[in-house]
Amino acid sequence: MDKNMKAHVKITLKKGVLDPQGKAIHQALGSLGFDGIDQVRQGKYIEIDLAETDESKARAAIEKMCEKLLANMVIENYAIELEQT
Amino acid sequence: MKAAVIVFPGSNCDRDVAVSLNAVMGSSPEMVWHGNAEVPKSDLIVLPGGFSYGDYLRSGAMAAHSPIMKDVIKKANSGVPVLGICNGFQMLTETGLLPGVMLRNANLKFICKDVQLRVERNDTVFTRRYKKDQVITIPVANHDGNYFADENTLARLEDNNLIAFRYCDADGHPTGEANPNGSARNIAGLYNENCTILGLMPHPERLADKQLGGIDGLALFESLVETLH
Repeated sequence: MDKNMKAHVKITLKKGVLDPQGKAIHQALGSLGFDGIDQVRQGKYIEIDLAETDESKARAAIEKMCEKLLANMVIENYAIELEQT
Repeated sequence: MKAAVIVFPGSNCDRDVAVSLNAVMGSSPEMVWHGNAEVPKSDLIVLPGGFSYGDYLRSGAMAAHSPIMKDVIKKANSGVPVLGICNGFQMLTETGLLPGVMLRNANLKFICKDVQLRVERNDTVFTRRYKKDQVITIPVANHDGNYFADENTLARLEDNNLIAFRYCDADGHPTGEANPNGSARNIAGLYNENCTILGLMPHPERLADKQLGGIDGLALFESLVETLH
C-alpha cells in the first residue's frame, strides 16, 4: 500500500529582524498578567501533504519550496519536520 | 512611448496608474493580465499597487511567481525600465530585482496619508523632471511598507547612490519623526544598479492631477515620457 508523508514547515524570523507583531503580542500577554516573558517572536506554520515515500526526496522537495516561495530568505529561516502518514 | 501595466488578481491601482500614464503619453498603456506569458513590446513596464493574491503568505510573494513575471524579469534584466509602486515594489523585492524586503509597519497600522519625500537624485529616467533634494508630497497606503535589508546591503545602496526617495520633514531632513513606518534609512524608494528599475512605496499616481489635490507625482510620469518617448 502506498504511503504518504506530511511535512510540518516552521518559518521563523531571523535573529535581529524586528518583529513588531511579536512585540505587540508580548505587550498583550503582559497586560493579561503573564509576567516573566523575555521575548515573543511570531512566525508561520505550514502543513504539506506529499505523495512521496522517500524521506530524503521529500525533504529536498520541501527545501526547494521553502527557498523559492514559502520563506523569504532575506528575513526568515525555515525548519522542516517529516512524518509518515 | 509604449507602456504596459501588469494586472494581477487583487491589483487596485492599475487603472489609476493607467490614467496618469494616459495623461502624459496621450494614449492608453496596454493592460496585461498576469496569466499571460509575454509582455508586449514596451518602453516601460508598470507593476501597480494593490493587494495581489490578498497579500497571502507575504505581500507580493505570490505575484512574484505569476506566469507573466518570467518575462518581466527577463525584460527588466535586458534594460527595459520597470516601475513598481507599493505592491509592485514588494513584488520587485520578492523577485530579487531589488534587494531587501518589506516588513509590517513598525506601528502595526495600515498607514494611508500624505508623506513628504526627498528626491535623492534627478539623473534617472524616473526623476529628471524633479530637482535633486526637492521635497515632494505623495501619499502612502500600505500595511507592509517597513523597508528592511541587512547592513551590508544598506551600505551598498548608500555607496552606490541607489536610494531614490527618503521619507523626510518639510525641510528635507530624513528624521525619525518623518519616517512613517520604521523603514531602514528612511527608504521610500530604491533603484537597481543601472537605475532602470524603480520600486517605491508611495503612490505618485494618486497625486498626479490637480483634481486630486496635488501634482507632485506627475513629474515622475512626465520624466518617463520625456526620456522614453
